[in-house]
Amino acid sequence: MFSRIATLIVKELQGLMMDRQTRIILIMPVIMQLILFPFAATLEVTNNTLAIFNEDSGKESIELIQRFSKAQAFSEMLQLYGETDVRRVIDNQEALIVIRFPADFSRDVVAGRPASIQALLDGRRSNSGQIALGYVQQIIQGYNDERHTAKKQSTPSILVARNWFNPNLDYVRHIVPSLVAMITTISTLIVTSLSVAREREQGTFDQLLVSPLTPGMIMVGKTIPALLVAMTQATIILLAAIFAYQIPFVGSFVLLYTSMAFYILALAGFGLLISSLCTTQQQAFLGVFTFTVPAILLSGFVSPIENMPLWLQYLDWVNPLRHFIIIVKGVFLKDIGLLLLLQNLWPLLVIATGTLGAANWMFHRHLG
Amino acid sequence: MNKRVSFRRLRALCRKETLQILRDPSSNIIAFVLPVVLLFIFGYGINLDSSAVTIGLVLEDTGPEARRFANNLYGSPYLKVTTGLTRSGMEQTMTAGEVRGFVVVPVDFSEKLKNPTDTAPLLVVADGAEPNTANFVQNYMNGVWNGWLQQRAAEQGVSPPIGISIDSRFWFNPSAESRNYLIPGSITIIMTVIGTLLTSLVVAREWERGTMEALLASPVTRAELLLSKLLPYYALGIISLFLCVGVSVFILKVPFRGSLFALWVIGSLFLTSSLGLGLLLSTVLRNQFNAAQASLNAAFLPALMLSGFIYEIRSMPVFIQAVTYLIPARYFVTAMQTLFQAGNVWPLLISSGLFLLLSSIFFIGLTALKTRRRLE
Amino acid sequence: MNDALVTLEAVSKSFPGTDKPALENISSALWPGRITGLVGPDGAGKTTLIRLMAGLLAPTSGSICVSGLDPIRDAAKLREFVGYMPQKFGLYEDLSVLENLELHADLRGVLGAQRTVIFERLLGFTDLARFTTRLAGKLSGGMKQKLGLACALLGQPRLLLLDEPGVGVDPISRRELWKMVHELIGQGIAVVWSTAYLDEAELCQDVLLMNEGQLLFSGKPSDLTNRIRDRSFQIRHAGGSRRQLLARALRRPEVMDGVIQGHSVRLLLRDNATHPNLLELEAGEQAELVQVTPRFEDAFIEALGGGPGGDSVLAQRLRPVVGVQDTVVEAVELTKLFGDFAATDHVNFAVKRGEIFGLLGPNGAGKSTTFRMMCGLLAPTSGTARVLGIDLKTSASLARQQLGYMAQKFSLYGGLTVRQNLMFFSGIYGLKGERQKAMVNGMIDIFKMEPFLHTTPDTLPLGFKQRLALACAVMHEPPLLFLDEPTSGVDPVTRREFWTHINGVVEKGVTVMVTTHFMDEAEYCDRIALVFRGKIIAAGTPDQLKEQVSTPENPDPTMEDAFIALVQGQSQEDSL
Repeated sequence: MFSRIATLIVKELQGLMMDRQTRIILIMPVIMQLILFPFAATLEVTNNTLAIFNEDSGKESIELIQRFSKAQAFSEMLQLYGETDVRRVIDNQEALIVIRFPADFSRDVVAGRPASIQALLDGRRSNSGQIALGYVQQIIQGYNDERHTAKKQSTPSILVARNWFNPNLDYVRHIVPSLVAMITTISTLIVTSLSVAREREQGTFDQLLVSPLTPGMIMVGKTIPALLVAMTQATIILLAAIFAYQIPFVGSFVLLYTSMAFYILALAGFGLLISSLCTTQQQAFLGVFTFTVPAILLSGFVSPIENMPLWLQYLDWVNPLRHFIIIVKGVFLKDIGLLLLLQNLWPLLVIATGTLGAANWMFHRHLG
Repeated sequence: MNKRVSFRRLRALCRKETLQILRDPSSNIIAFVLPVVLLFIFGYGINLDSSAVTIGLVLEDTGPEARRFANNLYGSPYLKVTTGLTRSGMEQTMTAGEVRGFVVVPVDFSEKLKNPTDTAPLLVVADGAEPNTANFVQNYMNGVWNGWLQQRAAEQGVSPPIGISIDSRFWFNPSAESRNYLIPGSITIIMTVIGTLLTSLVVAREWERGTMEALLASPVTRAELLLSKLLPYYALGIISLFLCVGVSVFILKVPFRGSLFALWVIGSLFLTSSLGLGLLLSTVLRNQFNAAQASLNAAFLPALMLSGFIYEIRSMPVFIQAVTYLIPARYFVTAMQTLFQAGNVWPLLISSGLFLLLSSIFFIGLTALKTRRRLE
Repeated sequence: MNDALVTLEAVSKSFPGTDKPALENISSALWPGRITGLVGPDGAGKTTLIRLMAGLLAPTSGSICVSGLDPIRDAAKLREFVGYMPQKFGLYEDLSVLENLELHADLRGVLGAQRTVIFERLLGFTDLARFTTRLAGKLSGGMKQKLGLACALLGQPRLLLLDEPGVGVDPISRRELWKMVHELIGQGIAVVWSTAYLDEAELCQDVLLMNEGQLLFSGKPSDLTNRIRDRSFQIRHAGGSRRQLLARALRRPEVMDGVIQGHSVRLLLRDNATHPNLLELEAGEQAELVQVTPRFEDAFIEALGGGPGGDSVLAQRLRPVVGVQDTVVEAVELTKLFGDFAATDHVNFAVKRGEIFGLLGPNGAGKSTTFRMMCGLLAPTSGTARVLGIDLKTSASLARQQLGYMAQKFSLYGGLTVRQNLMFFSGIYGLKGERQKAMVNGMIDIFKMEPFLHTTPDTLPLGFKQRLALACAVMHEPPLLFLDEPTSGVDPVTRREFWTHINGVVEKGVTVMVTTHFMDEAEYCDRIALVFRGKIIAAGTPDQLKEQVSTPENPDPTMEDAFIALVQGQSQEDSL
C-alpha cells in the first residue's frame, strides 16, 4: 500500500516538474509577490506631497514648515497663495494634505496665546490622510515640547510610546510573514484541485479509479505533493524574509512547520472539494479564484478582522487563512508559545477534518 | 467585393454573441453575481478605520490621578478597553492578538505627578505586527493623553502649557470613513476582473469548440469579428458597472456626487480597455484555461496592488511607481473615487479619461493586429 | 469532362516545431460533380489539405488553384463559393438549429425571399424541419452532422469541403449523409469528403489516399483495388482456434496480411504467390479457401507494403492465466438510470474465460455506460456487475487488481516521459523492486521503446501511444482486460499489430471485454452484444448476427449491414 502511494506521489511531483505551464503557475506568483508585495503593499505614507498655505509672515511658521520638510512622509512641498489654490490642489490630488497657517499665527505663538493651524485633507484617501496627520501632529508636539523646555515649563507627564515586535512599524515585517501564508494557499489549491481536474480532462483519472488504489489513497497521493510543494515555497519565502528582508525570526521553526502542515491539510481539503465539483481545469480555476480572493481579503492581511461586522467575523471562522496568518506572524515576529498557538491551531484541525471528510465523501459518491 | 464592416454581418454576429451570453450561465454569473458578491466582501470585509481598537490597561498605581486617567480612557469612543492586573499578563494578551496595544500606569505615577519637578511617564505599547493598527493606537492614545492633561490643568486652575493645536478637516469625507473610498476603488478591481475574464474566455472558446474555423471560412472580416466580441460584452459590462454603483449607493450607502454621464464615459473607456486586454490574451493564447489564468495575473493582481486602491502609490519605490502609470486601473480608481466623493473635478476626470482612451486604443489595436484571418 | 475545379501542384506544408512536414509534395486535381474521398489514418494530413483548400492555411511551397483563384490572395472571393464543414461540425451548441442557420445565412448574404426558399429546401433535405427550435448541442451526432452540412450549403457553394463528417456518427446516419451528398453532386458541386474509415473510400468517385503526409494513390478507388484482384481470400469453416490459424497463416511467406472475420480468416496474398496449403496451416478438414472481393483496406495495406507479423512477443512474455473461474465477467439485470433516462436497462450477459466479448452499438446507445459499470467506474442503480466472482459494489479494490484497463484516448500522463509512465502504472498495481524493473524493461524491449524513453507521449504518434497504453495495462499480468474503443483513429497496420497482441494474450487465457464502433474490430470478437437504447438487442457470434439479417437479396451481409438492419428493426419495433 505504501509503495503504491509513493508511486502516486513520485508521479505527481514528476508531473509538476515536467509541465512548463504548471511550473509557471507555481513559480511566477512566488517571484511576483516576493518582489511586488513588500514594496507595493504598504499603508505607510512616505514621499508624499504637503501643500502649505501660509498667510502668516513670522518666523515660527517658517520654522515649522522647515520641520515638515524634513519629515520622511513629505518629499515635496507646494506653496499655495490663495483659497482657489487650496481647492485645486486637493481636488486634483496634487497634495495629500494642506496646512494653513492663519495670518496671526507667529504673533500668537510668541505672545503665548493658543495658536492653531488648519489641516485640510483629501477624504478620498482618508487612511493615508490620517497617518500623515499623525506625522504632522508628532512634529508639532515635538515643537511644543521644545518650546516648553526652553521656557522651563515642565510638563507634568510624558507619554512613552513603544511598538513591540516591529519597533519602526515597518510594513515589510507585516507583509513578508503574511506572504508565507498566502503563497502556501495558492499553491496548495492549484496542486490539488487543478491536478485532479486535469486528470479528469485527460481521462487519466479513470485510469486511477480502475486501479486498485482507493479514493483515500488517491487523496493522500494528491495531498502530500501539495504539502511538499507548498512547504518548499514557504521555505523560499522564509529564507528571503530572513536573509533578504532582514526580518528577525524569533519563534520556533518546529511549531511553524507543524502548524503549516495542518494548514495545508485544511486547504487540500478545500482544493479536493473544489475539484470534486468540477469537470474541467477551467472550472477548477474559477473555483480556486472564488475561494482565494475572499479568503485573502478576509484574512486580516488587508485590514483587521475586528473591523468587520460581527456576523462576518463569525462567518470568517471557516477561512483557514485567517487562523494561519495569526500563527505565522505570531511565531515569526512574536515567538508565541505552544499554548497561544493551539488557540489558533484547533480551528485549523476542525476545518481540515471537515473539508477532507467532505472531499472523501464526494470522491466516493462520484464513484456511485 | 468585401466591405470592411458590413452592418448585416456584424448584426448577425452580435445577435449570436448575445444569445450565447443569455444562455451561458457562467457569463451571467461572472457579470452579475460575482461583482455583487465581491462588492459585499470589499464593502464589509475591508475597513481600515480602527473605529474600536481593543486596548489593554494595566493600573499599577490605583491613586485618584491614575483612576482619572483610566476614566478618560474608558470614555474614548475610539477605544475598547480591557483591564489587566499585571504587565506580564497584558503582554501575553497582546501577543495573543486580543488587544492591539496597552497602556501601563506605573506604580509611582501619582507620586511623580504630585512632585512639580518630576515628570510622570505613561507607557504605551502597541503591537507592531499590525503597523496600521499600531499607528491608530499611538494616535488615539496621544489624543486621550492630551485631553487628560488639559482637563487636569483646567481643574487645578493652572493654565495648561500653551501649544499649537491642529484643526483638521477631511474634505469630501468628513468622518474619514475608509469605506467611502474603498468601495469606489473596489468597483474598479471588480470591473477589471469581469472585463478581462469575460472576454478572455470568448475567443478561446471559439477556437476550442472549432466554431472559429467555420467563421473564418465564411466571408466575415477581421473588424466584424473583433467588434462582435466587443459590443455585446461592453453592454454586459456597463450594465454590471451601473449595478455595482447602484448597490454601492443604495445598499452600502456610499455617497455619489459626480455626474452619471461622466461615469458612463469614463466607465466605457475603462471597460473597453479591460475588454481589450481580455480579448488580446484570448486571441493570443487560444486556450480558455491559459487565458483565464493569464487574465487574472495580468489584470487582477496589478489592479489590486498597483492602482492606489488601498496602497498609497506615492509610498512605493520609484520604479514601481513608474509601472503604475501603465496600469489602466490606476486611472479608473482615481476617477471613481473622485466621482463618488469629490464630484466632477473635470481636469482630473479628463486626464484620467485620456489615459484610459490611450490604453483602450493600445489593447484593441494590438488585438486587431493579432487577429488573423487564417489558422496559423 | 469539365475542367478541374481545384488543382494542387506540388503542395507541401510544414508547421514550425515539427521535423516532419504535414504534407509533402501533393499534386492532384478535383472535378465538379464528383465526390473526392480524402482517405487516410489520423496524422495523414487530411485536415491540413482541406484547410489549405479553404484558404485557412497557406502552403509552405507549391500552389493551389481553386476555380482560377489563389485561396490566400483571393480569400474574400473564394469564400463566396466554398462551403466548409470543420471537424465537430463547427456549430454553436448553445444556439438553436434555426439560429445557427440564420447566422450563416446572414454572414453569407442569403436574405429575403431567397432565404425562405433555401431554408425550406435545406430543412426538408436534412429532415430537420421538426427540430428548428432545438439547441444544436442537444442534437444527436447524426443530426448535428446534417445541420453542419446545411450550414455549409447555405451560400450554394460550388466546392463543398467536409472534414471527417463521419466521426462520432453511427453507421445509419452515415449512410443517410452519403445519400444526401450524392444528390448534391448531381447539381454539379465538387465535394471533398475526408475520412479515416477506409471502407468509405469505396463510395467515392475519386480517392486521394494519404498516409503521413504522403499521397499514396490518386484516382478511382476501383483502380486501386484492381491492383490486388485475385489476391483476397477467406479461409472458411476452419477447425480449431481461428486466432492460432491466423498466426500460422501470417508466418507463411506468401501471405501479406490477414485479419479475423467472424469464424473466417481473411488473407491477402502477395503478388503471384501460390495459394497457401490449408493442410500445412492445420486449418481442419472442412476448411476451404474462397476467393473474395478485395476491399479498399486490403489495397491500402498493400500500398504500405503489407501488415505486421502474426506473433505477439508480448504474449510470450506474460505468464499463462491460471486458477480463474469459468465465468469471468457477469452482468445481472444491470441498470443505470440518469434521472428518468435508462442508459442501461436490465442488461444481462456473461463472459467466459479466454473469450473476447464485444459491446457494439451506435453512439449514445449505452454501451459505454455499461462498460463503465463493469470496470467499476460507475455504480449501477440496480443489478450486479461481477468481475472474477467479486461484486464490484462491495469489494471493488480487490477486483481492480485483477483487471487491466485501456481507455478510449489512451489516457497516459502526457507530461511524464514514457519511462515514468511505465514506472507509474506498474507501481500503482503494486509492482516494485526487481520485478518492476524487469517488467518495465521487458515492455521497453517488446514495444521497441528504447529511443523514446525520455520523450513525453504527447509528442509521439497515435500508434505509439496505443502501444504504450497497452503496455501500461498489462504489466501486472491481469487475467482480464477492458478495452474501450482501443483502435479508434489508428492506421490499419497498427490496428492489426494491436489485435495480434490481443489474440496472443487471449490464447494465454486472458479474457477481453471491448467496446467498439468499428465493424472490423467486432469481427475479432468471439461474441458480440449489440446495444441499442440501453438494451442488448442481439447477441451472439459475429457470424450469427450476420446470418440473422441475411436475405435472398443480400445473402452474405457485412457486419455493418447486420448492425444497421438490427438497429433499424429494433427502432421500428419500438415505434409500433
